[in-house]
Amino acid sequence: MIDKTVATVQDAVAGIADGATVMIGGFGRAGQPVELIDALIAHGAGDLTIVNNNAGNGDTGLAALLAAGRVRKIICSFPRQTDSWVFDGLYRDGRIELDLVPQGNLAERIRAAGAGIGAFYTPTGVGTLLAEGKETREIDGRTYALEYPIKADFALISALRGDRWGNLVYRETARNFGPIMATAAQTTIAQVDETVELGSLDPETVVTPGIFVDRVVSVGPRRWLRDGAFVGGVDLDGSPLPSDQEETAR
Amino acid sequence: MSTRISRQELAARIAADIPDGAVVNLGIGAPTLVADYLPQDEEIILHTENGMLGMGPAPVEGHVDPDLINAGKQAVTALAGAAYFHHADSFGMMRGGHLDVCVLGAFQVAENGDLANWSTGAPGAIPAVGGAMDLAIGAKAVYVMTDLLTKQGESKLVQTCTYPLTGVGCVSRVYTDHAVFDVTPAGFAVRHAFGENTVELLRELTGLALIDATDAEGTRA
Repeated sequence: MIDKTVATVQDAVAGIADGATVMIGGFGRAGQPVELIDALIAHGAGDLTIVNNNAGNGDTGLAALLAAGRVRKIICSFPRQTDSWVFDGLYRDGRIELDLVPQGNLAERIRAAGAGIGAFYTPTGVGTLLAEGKETREIDGRTYALEYPIKADFALISALRGDRWGNLVYRETARNFGPIMATAAQTTIAQVDETVELGSLDPETVVTPGIFVDRVVSVGPRRWLRDGAFVGGVDLDGSPLPSDQEETAR
Repeated sequence: MSTRISRQELAARIAADIPDGAVVNLGIGAPTLVADYLPQDEEIILHTENGMLGMGPAPVEGHVDPDLINAGKQAVTALAGAAYFHHADSFGMMRGGHLDVCVLGAFQVAENGDLANWSTGAPGAIPAVGGAMDLAIGAKAVYVMTDLLTKQGESKLVQTCTYPLTGVGCVSRVYTDHAVFDVTPAGFAVRHAFGENTVELLRELTGLALIDATDAEGTRA
C-alpha cells in the first residue's frame, strides 16, 4: 500500500538539513505553504537556499523564515515589494545573497529540472544585465541565451486537496509554481486543505500526478471556504474582515 | 505650449486600439487602467502572468478571494471562460508568441525599440525584474504607456537607453500623454499628436528627428 500522508507538519518537514536548497511555492501570499514554512522554522534548519518568486510579504510565512536568519541565499524574480521589509533590511545589511532571475526563466528553469532537460536556449533577457556572460546562440535569426535548470533538495508547496498517492488539485491562481516545483525537488512536500479518499479526485482534473509528490499533510480548510465553496469575508491576507471579527466576539 | 492628455484618456486611447478577440497582458501600474476602457460589447481576454486567462475586474466588497489575484497581487475575479494554469505554461504563452498585445510602463524607449523599465541602475536600489523581460519579448505587439517627459522634463524617448535594458528592439508603439509614436526601422514616427502638439514641438521636446506619420484626422485628438 502506498500512503504518502503524514500526520503533522513537523513530520512533513523532517530531514531538511542545514544548507539545503528548498523551493517554496506561492506568488506573493497566494499558494504560499505557510504552515509548512512555520514547521520549517520550528524544525530549525539554517543556511538555506530558497527558491521562490518573491522574497516574503509582511512578517509571516517566507518573511518569518528570513527574519529568523535561516536563509543564506534567495533565488527569485521580484524581491522588492511594498511589504518586503524583512528582505529589504537583510539585503541592505549584506546578510542575504540574491540571485535575480526573470520570472519566466525562473519558471522554465524549474520545469527543465523536473523534466530532465540539461539546459535550454531562451530569448528572455538577451542583451540585458541578467544575461550577461551567458552563452548565446542565433537560431532562425533570433538570439537566445543558454539557461540551466534549477533543482532543489526539497519543495514545499500548497494545494487544495490531495490523496494518499500524492495526486493534487489546486485552487485558482494559488496554483502558480506548485506543479513545476513539485517536479524539480528530490523530496516534494505538499500541504493540502484536506486529504481525500483515493479515487475521489477526478483523474481528468488531477493537476499534479502523485509521482511528483512524496509527502502530503492536511492543514485544514482555508478561512474563505466553507465546505469547499467560496464564502469570502476575508482580506487579501486571508484575515477576517472587521465585521466578521465583531460577530465572532459576540 | 504643449497640451497633455490625462492617464485615463491615454488608457482609453490604448483600449480603442486593441481589437476584438485579442489576448492582452496589462503590466503592473498605469497599464492596468486600460482594462476600465475596453469596450463592453467586445471579447478581449486578459492574461495575468501569475496564471489566468479571462481575468475580470476587482471583486465587490466582502468577496476578496486570496487565491485569486493578478500579477500586481491585487484581488481580481474570473470571467466565464477563464482558465488557470501554472507558471511555466503562463510564460510559455508569452515566449511562444501566443499573446497578441502587452502594455508596459517604461523609464526609456530607444529609437530602435529597446526598452528600459525594470531598473534605474541607482546604487543601493534593490533590483526586481518579475515578468518584465518575458513580457517585453513575448507579445506580438508590445505597447508602452508612459508620460513623454520625466518629472525633470527629460524625454523618455531617446536615441539610446542609458538605463539597464529590459529587452532589445522589442517595442512596437509608444503611447504618451503628448502623442502616439510607432517604432519604425527609420526611428520614431509620430502617429497621432494630441491637442496642440505638433511634430515640430515633439521634435523639440524629445530632441529626436521624428518622422511625421500623422494624417489629417490624427493631428487633433
